[in-house]
Amino acid sequence: MAKLLALTIIVIAIASAVPVVMHTWVAPADVSTHGRLIDEQMSETMIEAGVSFLAAQIILAIFIWKFSSLRSDGKMRTFPGGAKGLVIAAIVLVGAEVLALGVFGVKAWATVYFTPPSADAIPVQCQAGQFAFYFRYPGPDGKFGPLHPEMINEANQNLFGLDPEHDPDSRDDIVTAEMAIPVNKEIHLLMHAKDVSHSFYVPALRIHQDFVPGLDLSLHFTATKIGKYEIVCSQLCGLGHYSMRAYLNVMSREDFDDWLKKQAALQ
Amino acid sequence: MDATSAAHAAQHHAPPTSFIRKHVFSLDHKVIGKQYYALALVAVLIGMALSWLMRIHLGWTDVAIPGLQVLSPNGAPGGKITPEYYLSLMTMHATLMVFFVLTTAPFAAFGNYFLPIQVGAEDMPFPHFNMMSFWTIFVGFCVLISAFFVGDGPPLSGWTAYAPLSAIGKAGGPGQGTGQVLWATAICIFCISQLLGALNFISTVLDMRTKGMTLARLPVTVWAWFITSCMGLTAFAVLMPATILLILDHVAGTSFFVASGLVINDQLIPHSGGSTLLWQHLFWFFGHPEVYIAIVPGMGIVTHVLVTNMRRPMLSMKAILYSFWAIAFLSYMVYGHHMFVSGMNPISSLAFSFPTLLITIPSTILVLIWIGSLYGSKLRINSASLFALGFISMFVSGGVSGFFLAQPSIDIMLHATYFVVGHFHMVMGVAAMFGIFSGTYFWFPKMTGRMMNETLGKVHFWLTFVGTYCIFMPFHYLGWAANVRRYASFTDDYIKPLIPLHQFITIAALFTGAAQLIFIYNLIYSRFKGAPAPDNPWEGTSLEWSMSSPPPWNNFGGKDPVVYHDPYQYGVKSSTGTDYVMQNSPEKIAAGED
Repeated sequence: MAKLLALTIIVIAIASAVPVVMHTWVAPADVSTHGRLIDEQMSETMIEAGVSFLAAQIILAIFIWKFSSLRSDGKMRTFPGGAKGLVIAAIVLVGAEVLALGVFGVKAWATVYFTPPSADAIPVQCQAGQFAFYFRYPGPDGKFGPLHPEMINEANQNLFGLDPEHDPDSRDDIVTAEMAIPVNKEIHLLMHAKDVSHSFYVPALRIHQDFVPGLDLSLHFTATKIGKYEIVCSQLCGLGHYSMRAYLNVMSREDFDDWLKKQAALQ
Repeated sequence: MDATSAAHAAQHHAPPTSFIRKHVFSLDHKVIGKQYYALALVAVLIGMALSWLMRIHLGWTDVAIPGLQVLSPNGAPGGKITPEYYLSLMTMHATLMVFFVLTTAPFAAFGNYFLPIQVGAEDMPFPHFNMMSFWTIFVGFCVLISAFFVGDGPPLSGWTAYAPLSAIGKAGGPGQGTGQVLWATAICIFCISQLLGALNFISTVLDMRTKGMTLARLPVTVWAWFITSCMGLTAFAVLMPATILLILDHVAGTSFFVASGLVINDQLIPHSGGSTLLWQHLFWFFGHPEVYIAIVPGMGIVTHVLVTNMRRPMLSMKAILYSFWAIAFLSYMVYGHHMFVSGMNPISSLAFSFPTLLITIPSTILVLIWIGSLYGSKLRINSASLFALGFISMFVSGGVSGFFLAQPSIDIMLHATYFVVGHFHMVMGVAAMFGIFSGTYFWFPKMTGRMMNETLGKVHFWLTFVGTYCIFMPFHYLGWAANVRRYASFTDDYIKPLIPLHQFITIAALFTGAAQLIFIYNLIYSRFKGAPAPDNPWEGTSLEWSMSSPPPWNNFGGKDPVVYHDPYQYGVKSSTGTDYVMQNSPEKIAAGED
């Protein structure tokens, strides 16, 4: 029975590692400038965690195999070095691992959160509400008009609560249901929650940030590949949570300018 | 009379005479322990059934489940689960499992039964509080279950109940009105029960130890329950007022968790000035210690079971106990890792990340001491020790995924994905369940006076061990592929190709769940028809094995036992030729075999 358990643990450990090594199920390929740092951090962690996982499971299995009560050699023996060696090993090895992951991980995090957006980044506002994302571009004046939540009226397509009659900055604002951006150009995303918490998760962009009702946040990123990517909500927001998504359309600069003009004409 | 003697005098209560005092409103810690166990059993069966429904829906979204429309005409018209009902099933599954199973069984059930016995006490110092603690949790359980039957549906905002969704009432959609208030009320009541229980546990360990039972001689399980009580006392003391504030946001028009200017259906929500993140801070200040409240008693049980079956002491019990304390201490400094992308200050994320990574050190020490202690031992293989070994394997598997989630930069990819679901199910769900199973097979003879069927126990282990890996390891793969959790179905282009993996998990979950019926059968059959249990079937050394199986109502027959030794005197030569000496045996211990 002990040997069967030992074998089972080894088979499970190796079988668990196979899809990881074979890259059977992977996230959408990275299309951002900062994503490489996150992917590298993930790979390093995968190696360190993977080695720890396999080593612990296999040693556990070997000891179960060798030291069940049925073994012929009846003498009790103590692990060489005793507890002291193991405790020191845990502190030194895991401590070093923790320090390495912690320190190197800061770089990827800092790239996303500790650097300000460049002055010429394109501002786009995203409003999340049950169960759709809407986007707003500031128009030729480069300024967003203020929001008036009490004026939100979906039937009249006033999705953001704009008051162009009294707010000149709102008059040229462009509101869309799809997010389009030019490739290789930094985007400054301004995040606003209309009702409850939501999240802006674009796996291909390595971007993930909650919308916090009452607290407008911002993010910045640059997409490096033309294509259509999914923006999904990852923060439970109600019955339609699973279906809350929008598309991020990364275009050439020319196509983006055309698209923006067409959207402006539709307002 | 010193303080300890006074406490001992206060614990004596007369033998129960009426049926009600014996079996219903009992003051006996052993009966209360069994009541907690029975409640956890009912909760786990309901929770498991809910997970089956969820898994079937995720594997085959359009399938109609026969009979479900009778249970919930609105939630499953024609037997097909609606998206909102899926979220309700998920919310109730998680709430039942986390609170009423993982917190209740290893801590309240086994702790109530064995902690007073293992310290040599006749009962806990406050038996009436103890009785109240069970009946309070029972009321909490009934309130939670009643949420299934309210008009606007059971709550659906998850066991984390993030505000403002959980705080704005019916405007937030189905389940956010009465159902959500009942959820918060149930959790509030649960907290009261836990606080009463924690006070009793702490007092028992500090004041009720028998003569010779110094702190250094406490069995590891007692330390685990004591440390868990300390965590519970502080964690539930934060969650309870948080749930009260949440209830007030619903019923009293307050705005603790709801900010100004929120709009639903073109209507401004009549709240202003609250904070969305306040709920998250309060919840996770409780929520992360809660993970350890669920797992530390399991660690204690597994250590206790292993040491008995290895027939030797652990390499270092001190290292294990210091690791428990380190984990408990760090558990308050890591909670922010649940909130890396919540909108919290990104510098805080780094501040929470380092202690989270650090907590892997005491966890690793535990694993290395367990595995290192196996070296050169004579491990007896039985159902209890198999589940204890399975616990180590699961704890390792669930633990290493913590490396990923501890890092904010990686959390950008993995937050709110199935990777998180896989991580916590393995480390606090399955591992803790293995601790409960191990404890059950180990202590059942003492609790009932009958042995459990070992063959059925081993079949149960094999099916559960392989089955749980088949369920929860693929969750990690889904997470790496960015599959978002808490989705009622998968309609996103990049997630659709993952549906076959979900179907595999569903099949594994159905089989593994069905295997638990073997355990239930074994439990019920053995309770009435099992072979009579000797007083010390596993040749254990702690005080529970010094009394009859089952123990008399007053544990030690009205006398205070005297303790002479550390708890785990194995691998020694006793005067009767055995390889162990019990804690209450006055004989001197000769040198061990090695």
